[in-house]
Amino acid sequence: MGDNVVLAARHIAKSFGGVQALKGVNFDVHAGQVTTLFGENGAGKSTLMKILSGVIQPTAGEILLDGQPVEFESTTDASRHGVSIIHQELSLAPNLSVRDNIFLGREIPGTGGVDYAEETRQTRALMEDLEEAIDPLAPVDSLRLGQQQIVEIARALSVNSRILIMDEPTSALSASEVEVLFGVIRELKSRGVSIVYISHHLEEALQVTDQAVVLRDGNMVASAPRDEIDLPWIVQKMVGSHFDLGTPPPLNPDADPVLEIRDLSIRMEAAGGKAVNDLNLSVRPGEIVCIYGLMGAGRTELLECLAGRVPAEHGQILMRGEDISDMTIPERIDNGLVLVPEDRQRDGLVQTMSVGENLSLASILDFCRRAFVSDRLERGIVDRAIKEVTVKTDGPDAPVTSLSGGNQQKVVIGKMLATSPSVMLLDEPSRGIDVGAKGEVFRLLAQHAEDGLAVIYSTSEVEECIAIAHRIIVMNRGRIAAEFSNDITKEEIMAASGEAVIA
Amino acid sequence: METTQTMTENTAQPSAWQRFNPGRILLEGRAFFALITIIVVFSLLSPHYFTVSNFLTMSSHVAIFGLLSVGMLMVILTGGIDLSVGSVLAVSGVFAGFLMQGVEIESAGVILYPPVWAVAVLTIAFGAFIGAINGVLVAIFKVPAFVATLGMLYVARGVALLMTNGLTFNNLGGSAELGNTGFDWLGFNRIAGVPIGVIILALVSLVAALLLSRTAFGRWLYATGGNYRAAELSGVPTRRVTISVYVFSGMCAAIAGIVLSSQLTSAGPTAGFTYELTAIAGVVIGGAALAGGRGTVRGTLLGAFVIGFLADGLVIIGVSEYWQQVFTGAVIVLAVLLNSLEYGGRRKT
Repeated sequence: MGDNVVLAARHIAKSFGGVQALKGVNFDVHAGQVTTLFGENGAGKSTLMKILSGVIQPTAGEILLDGQPVEFESTTDASRHGVSIIHQELSLAPNLSVRDNIFLGREIPGTGGVDYAEETRQTRALMEDLEEAIDPLAPVDSLRLGQQQIVEIARALSVNSRILIMDEPTSALSASEVEVLFGVIRELKSRGVSIVYISHHLEEALQVTDQAVVLRDGNMVASAPRDEIDLPWIVQKMVGSHFDLGTPPPLNPDADPVLEIRDLSIRMEAAGGKAVNDLNLSVRPGEIVCIYGLMGAGRTELLECLAGRVPAEHGQILMRGEDISDMTIPERIDNGLVLVPEDRQRDGLVQTMSVGENLSLASILDFCRRAFVSDRLERGIVDRAIKEVTVKTDGPDAPVTSLSGGNQQKVVIGKMLATSPSVMLLDEPSRGIDVGAKGEVFRLLAQHAEDGLAVIYSTSEVEECIAIAHRIIVMNRGRIAAEFSNDITKEEIMAASGEAVIA
Repeated sequence: METTQTMTENTAQPSAWQRFNPGRILLEGRAFFALITIIVVFSLLSPHYFTVSNFLTMSSHVAIFGLLSVGMLMVILTGGIDLSVGSVLAVSGVFAGFLMQGVEIESAGVILYPPVWAVAVLTIAFGAFIGAINGVLVAIFKVPAFVATLGMLYVARGVALLMTNGLTFNNLGGSAELGNTGFDWLGFNRIAGVPIGVIILALVSLVAALLLSRTAFGRWLYATGGNYRAAELSGVPTRRVTISVYVFSGMCAAIAGIVLSSQLTSAGPTAGFTYELTAIAGVVIGGAALAGGRGTVRGTLLGAFVIGFLADGLVIIGVSEYWQQVFTGAVIVLAVLLNSLEYGGRRKT
């Protein structure tokens, strides 16, 4: 197989600060084949792809292109060598036409400005090659997401890319659009283009894979051609054995539910569909429920709707039997329902404030005496919160931006815990924090659950489902696809989530 | 395809030596040092500058801008802007003048002459009402603050012109038999030698400072400007906060309008033209971030004094009005430059 390797990574290592994202990875891309990278979040897939496409540079190791060592200074540099990346979030200018996007930054000069006619002709030719009827003059924002992806592929082809890296290309596509994309991929292969493919949809990815490579914790743990492997093999290699994230605390099975969701539907923001469809769920005090699902399964919409950020289309949300679906966010917090949002920087922290001010923000009315904030009471609450959620900080007056990701997350959790909630929702609480902090966060949740706090958290990492959750809900396309107790295996969860299903 | 991400590994942390860095002290206290410099330079250039009477005169000029700036600060802290304050000042002055002329109720056939305190209260309520319109437009209807208050800038000015037909109310003295004398008290009287306008500025500033630093509302305000979405999810009533700051700014503009027309003993519809820009300049020189979330009343007052003392100093040493504009502009740009130095080092977003 060694003879047709076009791009090879040798002993690639990359560290961010103290965290080693890649620990000496070897990786081959074969000519005219689809090489798929498998791995859980944080395994180092995206980092490796960014290195191969010149977005970032490795700390150690080298990249060989046709056997010759190369160094990519930037994405432009990489695309000059024929390597292009298509990101999960498309990098098109939505206000411009298909043609203008394809030639953005390298317009064809003509007499008296840009030669639009030639650009249009070339765009049309590209679209015919890809067998897609997309008008070169259509504005990109009038296209469906799948078509936009095709435009992005066309742009990569127009710079004569020989190697195309696709990072989760299907995550936002409908089943029929996925079929179209796979058609395009086969077409590209037949023209000798090599493709590096990343996807969480394992079975879907297996349809187009020629070579599979599995990454775990920054190491390449396995690689094999398609005909030697199957789905269980991949899952087993991906999951491996992991850090202990704790066990579920004892639970009183007779308690009345504290939170009940009845027939809840939420409209999807962009398209006409439903993000959450007739969902029913009830949670008892002290119970920990994990919601597992892929991107777009409706987890974030569900949690934001419960917290009051997104309105429900219909259905009821009951706290201790009282309907709270018409309440504002502050009223829900008063009723004991709080959310720790997914995007810490955007929705969780006030970056201009100190650690202490962030911690006390949600509970500030509790330590006001008459009209004024009591410094003494506030300091007490803040000190207790810092100790309770074990924030490592120089003190309550340190700027919150001086903390690491894990400690920032603990500040957001501590802020909501200070309101003495009875139900805590956490959207991907482990996102962007290291394994140690992850363990601390889960232990903290388990501790509070023992004291009666009901916890609902979402995750896209199977490992985290089994850790402390009493119940695991698998969501797929806005519905509960399956419900498990803690004795389930990781493989079963992944199979139920739609990772094994394509329409 | 995508811009290159650079990962800086040694992120700048404020270490111990920076606390003793004289450059840093100068940077953080820049409005204060600028004010000292202005006073020293003009005192050397003119014997008339460094006198008690001149300081009091200059301070009563500053009072107008200072009031507008303090209101503006509250709005800017939430990440908004209020371009209407100059016009609100004018329309409030005219409204006060209109009340002083007597309100004729035709059906009853009487003309009501409200006493001065009632005129003041009604005028401030009028300013609050205009501010509430701004606030509702911004907070509920999600009109960008710049556009909403730019519209109000024209509307309020237009209303002021309509109310007077383009003329000016000159007779604000009132008369003893009608019981509405004393309007000029605000502009001319002094308590312990200090002009009333300055005392009003001090009181309003004190209220604003207490509100910002000592109450939950103040914390909410900083949080709303620092990160609206995070504040909202933390249970901060962000819409109410946003409306409140525009109401506060409108009230400040109305108070400034009363003080100014009292100082001039006339209320004209063209008063306060472009004052909103001076007010913004004061806030910015005082170190507030236009993006919201950072700024103090103390800084804003210093900013207002820097602008006022600079402008009056230039007049005293006889620099032409054209040069004054050049100097003021340069100071504003310099201030923003220093702001980005101070915040640029700390914040990475």
